[in-house]
Amino acid sequence: MGVDRRNFLRALGLTGVALGTGKKLGAAESQTDKEDEFYGILYDSTWCAGCQGCEIACAEAHGLTPPEIEDVPEVGKKRVADETRRTVVNAYETSQGEFFVKTQCMQCAQPACASACLTKAMYKTRDGSVIWREEKCMGCRYCMVSCPFDAPKFEYHSSNPKIEKCDMCFDRVKEGKLPACVENCPAEAIKFGNRRELIAEARKRIAEFPGMYHDVIYGEHEAGGTGWLYLSAVPFGELGFNTNIQKKPYPELTKGFLYSVPSVFVLAPAVLLGIHTATKNNNNQDEENE
Amino acid sequence: MSNHKNHIQQRERGSVVKFLAAELKPKGKIFSWFNIISVPVMTLGVVLIVIRFVKGIGSITNLDQEVPWGLWIGFDVVTGVAFAGGAYVLTFIVYILNVQKYKSIVRVTVLNGFLAYVFYAGALLLDLGRPWNVINPIIGNSFGVSSVLFLVAWHFLLYMLAQLIEFSPAIAEWIGARRARKILSGMTLAAVIFGITLSTLHQSGLGALFLMAKDKIHPLWYSGFIPILFFVSSIFAGLSMVIFEGSISHRVFYNKISEKNRKSHHGILHGLSGICAFTMFIYFFLQVIVFLHGKHWDLLNTRMGYWYLTEIFGFVVLPMILFFISYRNHRITLIKIAAIITMIGIIINRLNVTVIGYKWDAAVPYVPSWMEIVVTFTVLFAEIWIFRWVINRMPVLSDSPDWVREE
Repeated sequence: MGVDRRNFLRALGLTGVALGTGKKLGAAESQTDKEDEFYGILYDSTWCAGCQGCEIACAEAHGLTPPEIEDVPEVGKKRVADETRRTVVNAYETSQGEFFVKTQCMQCAQPACASACLTKAMYKTRDGSVIWREEKCMGCRYCMVSCPFDAPKFEYHSSNPKIEKCDMCFDRVKEGKLPACVENCPAEAIKFGNRRELIAEARKRIAEFPGMYHDVIYGEHEAGGTGWLYLSAVPFGELGFNTNIQKKPYPELTKGFLYSVPSVFVLAPAVLLGIHTATKNNNNQDEENE
Repeated sequence: MSNHKNHIQQRERGSVVKFLAAELKPKGKIFSWFNIISVPVMTLGVVLIVIRFVKGIGSITNLDQEVPWGLWIGFDVVTGVAFAGGAYVLTFIVYILNVQKYKSIVRVTVLNGFLAYVFYAGALLLDLGRPWNVINPIIGNSFGVSSVLFLVAWHFLLYMLAQLIEFSPAIAEWIGARRARKILSGMTLAAVIFGITLSTLHQSGLGALFLMAKDKIHPLWYSGFIPILFFVSSIFAGLSMVIFEGSISHRVFYNKISEKNRKSHHGILHGLSGICAFTMFIYFFLQVIVFLHGKHWDLLNTRMGYWYLTEIFGFVVLPMILFFISYRNHRITLIKIAAIITMIGIIINRLNVTVIGYKWDAAVPYVPSWMEIVVTFTVLFAEIWIFRWVINRMPVLSDSPDWVREE
């Protein structure tokens, strides 16, 4: 989000309309370009036992309902996160046997939801969490339209609806604690840390056990890079992942349009006024000639 | 002396209140067909809206976690604003190109556009989960400047203001405020230029809203060109609405229209049909280019492909040809038919991008509930009620009072 905003303001400056925002521009420029330096989580699906410990811990940490006893991951049954649960584990039968996959908000480096949000309720923190801020949100659900992973969920049956999604336990991390799912994974399949170091760790695992892993870290480049990183034994398409996700950040898709706005605002009125003056004179001449 | 002035002002103020009170009373038949249909629908709509605010959006809509925007956004807002495009096109022709031929229909078109924005922005409020926070992006405590929706929201607000200024001389003439009329008329050109600039950006902006939903919209309807396609199609969408609304007003409010304007009606429709044919040709050309760049030949032979071809050939090429023929041969009825086909085509196109083509492959495809449809009609009828109220009172279709010409 920070990056996106900075680039946008830079564009404003370039087109010469930054008069009013000049101060902000200076402030934004002074930030360093270390966009990789934030927290992430490495999830190794080959270690996951599908115990739902993360689901239960997540529900407890955020005051949501834990899964029912009979609501367990099963091959062929697709469970999805919704407004009552931020994360779910699903089972998949693959070419290498049965595997479990945990899904939740991916915490994109440049989140579509945050760039879509017109009130900055969706917000990428310096830590790397993508958080939702209740006091700002107007409930337009444009974040849901924009998110390529369909992560934000909306309370459709409330007069005071909230958006639910994983925020990488922003509040717990601030207090120095680990995210709830990381702390409660008995298989230690979920590892929290600096995203850059986690990528190095993931590469190391792939290099050390080449037979065990498919040689891709899902999330390293998807949607411009995500906070959650996935390791798998099989191609990610077999585990229900969307493999068509573009490698560029999603906010880039609206950048061209947004960049054209200041130029249109400068050029269009001038052109319109010019045409008006030109045609007005013409009409007057016509009248005189007649 | 000053006492005398105050006295006159007081008396005038008293008469203004009386005047407004008299104007509030109904002026037409109470049991017209339109009233008999619209009143029950609007009553039901209000009940549904109350339920929606008490129990949440899910209580009356079929929206879900996969499809967060449905009929209210896709039809009320996105399609409605395209139809309201007539206002910026006509003000461009009349005030910027100085083509006086269309001047007599500018006021009614601007009124239509203004009401459309007021009611469709109103419909947007119904769709907001937390509408009490709607002022956040306006009052500046949280500017989401990287959001297309931020741009669209601001443009809606500013454009409504611009249209109100464009229309305000009619209000001044209605209440007989001579000096105010003079000042307000002087602001028209500035409001027009500002309004056209805003329209260019938010007509395309409504398309740009969907640019990030790249993986969710059917590839035949998704491309980076959505903003340009939305902008170009808003020109003939708006003008078709002008033709349609003008033809109905011509019948319903016949006795309000001056002799001179009755005569110019056909000439205006004829001119507009030419502009429609021309812009639709550009639009079709753009669609072809977008399709060729998309390289989706394989998708044409699918169900969605047939639907795409229906939209392009049945609702763009066909009305384009009809407009062209009727322009060449002065066929007024054919112009009206072409306008109606074009409008259906615009509804289909906007819904294809926002609703039908959005998550077209979902396990449970979104179909609006009957309650969403009733609320949509409630918004539409409410707008027509206000429109009729204004037409019956202010000099919109009728000529300005004599004192305007004297000045």
